[in-house]
Amino acid sequence: MSGRVVRGHVGIGSAVSGVALVAHDDFSARYDLDRIAGVFSRPAHKLCGESYVGRILVLNTAKGGVATAWMLYEMKSRDMAPAALLLNTANPIMAQGAALADLPFMDRFETDITAAIRTGDEVTVDPAAGTVTVRG
Amino acid sequence: MRLTDHEDAILAGSFGAPRRRALQQQMMVGRFFDAGDFVEIAQVHLMADTESLGEAGVAWLEELAGFPEEERRVRVPTVTDPRGIDFDAYKRLNQLESWAALERRAIDAFVAMGLLMTDTCINYQTIMPPACREHIAFGDTGSTIYANSVLGARSNFEGGPAALAAALTGRTPRYGCHLDRGRRGTHRFVVKDRPRTLSDWGALGGVVGRATGSYWTVPVLEGIDGTPTSDELKHFGAALASYGSVPLFHMIGVTPEARALGDVFDGKIPDPETVTRADMDAFYEGFGLHENGVDVVVFAAPQQSLVEMQQIARLLQGRTVSSGTTLIAATSPEVKSACDRMGITATIEAAGGIVLKGVCFYQMYARETGEANGWKRLLTNSAKLVNIIAGYGYEPVLAPLERCIDAACAGRMAK
Repeated sequence: MSGRVVRGHVGIGSAVSGVALVAHDDFSARYDLDRIAGVFSRPAHKLCGESYVGRILVLNTAKGGVATAWMLYEMKSRDMAPAALLLNTANPIMAQGAALADLPFMDRFETDITAAIRTGDEVTVDPAAGTVTVRG
Repeated sequence: MRLTDHEDAILAGSFGAPRRRALQQQMMVGRFFDAGDFVEIAQVHLMADTESLGEAGVAWLEELAGFPEEERRVRVPTVTDPRGIDFDAYKRLNQLESWAALERRAIDAFVAMGLLMTDTCINYQTIMPPACREHIAFGDTGSTIYANSVLGARSNFEGGPAALAAALTGRTPRYGCHLDRGRRGTHRFVVKDRPRTLSDWGALGGVVGRATGSYWTVPVLEGIDGTPTSDELKHFGAALASYGSVPLFHMIGVTPEARALGDVFDGKIPDPETVTRADMDAFYEGFGLHENGVDVVVFAAPQQSLVEMQQIARLLQGRTVSSGTTLIAATSPEVKSACDRMGITATIEAAGGIVLKGVCFYQMYARETGEANGWKRLLTNSAKLVNIIAGYGYEPVLAPLERCIDAACAGRMAK
């Protein structure tokens, strides 16, 4: 598998490949998403209107309240979750939600991950190895 | 992570599948945040409203509740955050039977696991305030920041599944706020003008929260002369946690870990940012006014203390809420009982207000309930609520309590 490798902290979940959806905005499942339709719904979010289902979702920082810890599991149960979530900075809620949902999740990269990956890139996420491989 | 013999036994399944799965889930989070080991906890506060759980989450709880009693029962006292439905009021609010049915299923599962259904986010005021330096697992951002900062207890934000895991294992991964180094100050603010009202304290929390903005920051405030009340610190902390995702603050001369700046900063003390009355005024102005009409006036987020309920009743005494406006005050079941006993509920309801128990406005299907009742223009004295509720299709405005009550009775805000 060729491509550019970006290293991060060891994460949660199994290895997965997919197409990236990227913005430098922050992320909360409660504040930002229409979870039924599977799209970003908060008007001020750069990805408003975009479908995140099955994508490698790449954003800046986890924010908002504690509800996201339940919501990732509920989204995955309906096959309406992202394939993986990559953040520059996680918080406990997002990690706890990923652990329950078994959703591939990583943070703390060697570089700004929202600048290292562009929307549409083919990406492989390997949380156990702490690597993200990017093929443009 | 280093495990004790007892934790190894949990992992081997000696205490049943629910505890084993819970510890496995906790180890994933612990490794993610480089926790060296687990820390035993004294109590758990669980956020698990049915809107967040959904059908999948409730089914997950029911599966847990189906295990033998000795395997499913929580190990430490576990109290619940507000629920999605007040069974005595949901019909009046045009809420659906299907939501109430889901709520009943979740409650049955929690009771089977031995939870105390307190249904409150102000458990630190009304149930069992944690002791200083006690390790706990709290699951509401407002209850966590108050316990950490004002009481000196130690908790990370423990989302529903993590709090439930902690309840089942009696421990949590030791990282973040459980460690001395996770409690050191990172940002410094000098408050020039003391907030006057509860909504001012919320506005101050919002201003500071917007200037910090990550879970791993700890703001330190100076300039607060004289200890604020429990309700003032409650509104400040809830707003700070909501706007900044911050789990802990220090207030010099007020909170227990911060008698002086040197107690909470290592090495060079950072230059301060100054917060003035103008910053708080600008915070209010960012939400505008409802001069042309108010659909719903809400006192919640956090739930109202007995003292706040008394104040609402005093201001409503002998007045009537406008026919085009709904006034809601949400509190805990325990405070509601006290209000019933002391005539506070009767005064508020005689004026046309609605007192809800065991729920909080944004956790009770706010979008659908708003659509069912024609609520869009919302007025509140909670800085936390105005942050959350816009995402649910409301146009929120922030104002002090007296102004909210005046607007509820007039049907609109005065200019």
